[in-house]
Amino acid sequence: MKHMFDRAKIKKTDIILIILILIIAACSFLWYRYQGTPGAAVEVYLDGALTATYPLEQSAEYELTGAHDGHNHLVIADGKASITDADCPDKLCVKQRAISKNGETICCLPHKLVIKISGGMENELDAVTN
Amino acid sequence: MSDNDNIINDHSIEKSTSGKVAFKGLLLAFALILSYVESLIPFYFGIPGAKLGLANLAVVLCLYLFSAGTAITVNILRIILSGFLFGNMFSILYSLAGALFSFVIMLGLKKSGKFSIYGVSVAGGVFHNVGQIMIAAWVVQTVSIVFYLPVLLMAGLLTGLLIGIIASRIMPYVSQFKERIK
Repeated sequence: MKHMFDRAKIKKTDIILIILILIIAACSFLWYRYQGTPGAAVEVYLDGALTATYPLEQSAEYELTGAHDGHNHLVIADGKASITDADCPDKLCVKQRAISKNGETICCLPHKLVIKISGGMENELDAVTN
Repeated sequence: MSDNDNIINDHSIEKSTSGKVAFKGLLLAFALILSYVESLIPFYFGIPGAKLGLANLAVVLCLYLFSAGTAITVNILRIILSGFLFGNMFSILYSLAGALFSFVIMLGLKKSGKFSIYGVSVAGGVFHNVGQIMIAAWVVQTVSIVFYLPVLLMAGLLTGLLIGIIASRIMPYVSQFKERIK
């Protein structure tokens, strides 16, 4: 029964896998930082279609209507956009941090709603998104 | 690793149907408890549907103690039950997508024989999150959600590694228990 208490040993391939994941994470993080230029407009997408565009520099509050008659309260203040209140079951859109950089998003999956920063300098990712 | 193979190839439990059912039921209950603990932790990555993935520990154990079939059955039952208990229909959809994707990867790495339980578990954690983000991107029809990828990769890596370490530590004891129910 001695062999029963032996633990599995880490293999070289495991370490290679871990390093590979770390490299991918670091690269995508750096790429995101590099791409992060300040945006100019707040775009609202419902089910993938653009429904409204608001200026980012103008502080205001908007009431958005998503899928299943859901409501999300969008607040634009100090050049940042955030959802402060919503009636979706998980409220994850409210928990997501305020966005201000080009390409950043807040999404509410239950309402199929995406708030996205655009404008400023067009970057590669926007071309892909559109 | 050859010692572990001995444990895996030991099909003594297959002789006793009731013992097998009870043991797999215990693993499912274990997975559900992990899902419950996870629902209590207010841990949030900034992307919808992403969680720590603690329940993967039960799936990894199933994969190494029993067969791929048992592991996938426990996995799917765990998601449906925990979805009804602690989540909603959305969480079932995302969990299912992430779980199936990560399971296929884990099974592939295990079958290749080139990775130990640590590598398999890390891949499971990482691809669980990758699967979920892909479904999220598809639902909202936006690829910019992929911005959250670095955070999700790191989170999946850390929980995967932790689960691999825990699984390798408790495997010898659980398989000893498995030996007893002949």
